[in-house]
Amino acid sequence: MTNVLEVKDLITRFETPEGTVHAVNGVSFNLEEGETLGVVGESGCGKSVTMLSMLRLIPIPPARVEKGEAIFFGRDLLKMNANEIRSVRGSQISMIFQDPMTSLNPVLTVGRQLTEPLETHRNMDQRQARARAAELLEMVGIPSGKARLDDYPHQFSGGMRQRVMIAMGLACTPQLLIADEPTTALDVTIQAQIIDLVKRLREAMGMSIIWITHDLGIVAGLAQRVMVMYAGFIVERSPVIELYANPQHPYTRGLLGSLPRVDDTENRRLVNIEGAPPNLLTAPKGCPFVPRCPFAYDRCREENPPLMVVEVEHEVACWWDVNRGQPRYDR
Amino acid sequence: MTANAAPSQPEVLLRVEGLKKHFPIRRGILQRQVGSVKAVDGVSFEVLKGETLGLVGESGCGKSTTGRAILQLHEPTAGHIIFNGQDLTQLRGESLRQMRAHMQMIFQDPYASLNPRMTVGEIIGEPMEVHGLANGAEKDKRVKRLLEVVGLNPFFTNRYPHEFSGGQRQRIGIARALALNPSFIICDEPISALDVSIQAQVVNLLEDLQKEFGLTYLFIAHDLSMVRHISDRICVMYLGKTMELADRNELYANPLHPYTHALLSAVPLPDPLAEAKRKRTILTGDVPSPANPPTGCPFHTRCPLAQEKHMPEECSAKTPEWRQARPGHWVACHFA
Repeated sequence: MTNVLEVKDLITRFETPEGTVHAVNGVSFNLEEGETLGVVGESGCGKSVTMLSMLRLIPIPPARVEKGEAIFFGRDLLKMNANEIRSVRGSQISMIFQDPMTSLNPVLTVGRQLTEPLETHRNMDQRQARARAAELLEMVGIPSGKARLDDYPHQFSGGMRQRVMIAMGLACTPQLLIADEPTTALDVTIQAQIIDLVKRLREAMGMSIIWITHDLGIVAGLAQRVMVMYAGFIVERSPVIELYANPQHPYTRGLLGSLPRVDDTENRRLVNIEGAPPNLLTAPKGCPFVPRCPFAYDRCREENPPLMVVEVEHEVACWWDVNRGQPRYDR
Repeated sequence: MTANAAPSQPEVLLRVEGLKKHFPIRRGILQRQVGSVKAVDGVSFEVLKGETLGLVGESGCGKSTTGRAILQLHEPTAGHIIFNGQDLTQLRGESLRQMRAHMQMIFQDPYASLNPRMTVGEIIGEPMEVHGLANGAEKDKRVKRLLEVVGLNPFFTNRYPHEFSGGQRQRIGIARALALNPSFIICDEPISALDVSIQAQVVNLLEDLQKEFGLTYLFIAHDLSMVRHISDRICVMYLGKTMELADRNELYANPLHPYTHALLSAVPLPDPLAEAKRKRTILTGDVPSPANPPTGCPFHTRCPLAQEKHMPEECSAKTPEWRQARPGHWVACHFA
């Protein structure tokens, strides 16, 4: 399998009046061609900042990408000059955001926003671009696409706006689509429509997808591999079936246990993850999950565990072996 | 309503009868009314003492408006709200104010629902003063006790809301709702704004408090899996109308209304194997505007069952009756 993307040891920090925020602390991952990777974590875990740093969409300052590589088809995105990265963004890699309300320009027609990337990246003239834009709207399920090209974003409903965003993202048939919680602001029935749409488009276009979410439910039906992030670290990474069948990190287990299931008949009590997500102002020493972890012992406080292989393709950053109920390397 | 007489007949705490809330749409210099948003349009249900009734639906279905209209925070356009035998819609002034002590609300946004200029002690203590329940040292003692009950440090009384995280703020909101020893609490999407790991903490707290103080909840949410978890019975709303009401397990095992069906099948399961096998009912289109709802059954424009039956005339012509299809299982559909 060819790698579409390979991120190595990415570190991003923010300088704020309160101090340095350690947002992304050495994140490495790869993405294969045609693969969908789910990135799961709570707010502030660094999942969005990782993607934004990679695409150089993060405001510098206050942010600083201290270190790392992001190799996209053999070229390092972090070393490209402004023109090169601009020709990649929107053309080969596109990103769709959580809030279609604020991510679309309210004073430009939807048609203008859709034709812009086509004219910039694909050298289409206005007529060709409009024809393609109308096609794209139809493709994402907006009826009579041609007639709606001259409408403004406020004339669309929330679900329809998210479809417009997806159409924009797909305009130049990118090899990689990064979706940052694109369904969080939507109702469940609309969310189901969007996920269904993305699955069909993925099959038709064969693109790779990174899907960022806090909802382990969405990822279960969509991704082939999942990585769980906490406090700017990847704490667990696994093929999707293995992760849900055999979660290893106490945080992943807590997240899964805290989710009620709509098909659950026995009404078990939800698992509490005690405490709150960490404050990233202090440089992490030891494992960042220690204050909330029921299994923490001396070593966890001293040494931050690296990702360790526990099964085929299944890695976890934890010193405690939950299956055996003992530290991982004291046999 | 409950046909199968349980060993101890459950007592009805709240009865909502034909509740309507229409908001006027005004236009022009004279602000003439040109129409109305039918946010809640004929809703009837009962809440039994000690139970949790879940009220679910998508945004704009009128679930929050229903909650507010019950507490008389919105004056209902029509209908009756019988709480403990008294019709709240007939109460005015002092008698309504006194009733309010028995019914409290927990709001969705823990950032907007706490006054940033008041300390936690003032926020939780104010209702006690207003209702003459406690004052001075007695009040302080109660505030500290309440903070403990919701799992916060009792010495936090002099802190301000901004010093707390979202989950802690929601605990403050819960403590405030408990301050007057209410019997009934409306929880209006109390966990939607919280992180996943914090949601479980708050839900567990609400469950513990219910047991400890014998509370009755109306739990409003859009997340079906959480509603199923916390509720005894569930009521599904769509475009200002109730579509289905049943015991939580019954609703999941035997959903009668095509909308409930679609809603349940749209909820993602945190289980990749089950997800792969699952067949989804994907609804087409969006929720119509409540300012101009479809005639007849409000759901007929998106209804898979009506489409299957080639759009029978009743669906668009007649509003389906709210009927008891089985003991304790209510539905509003011509064909369910």
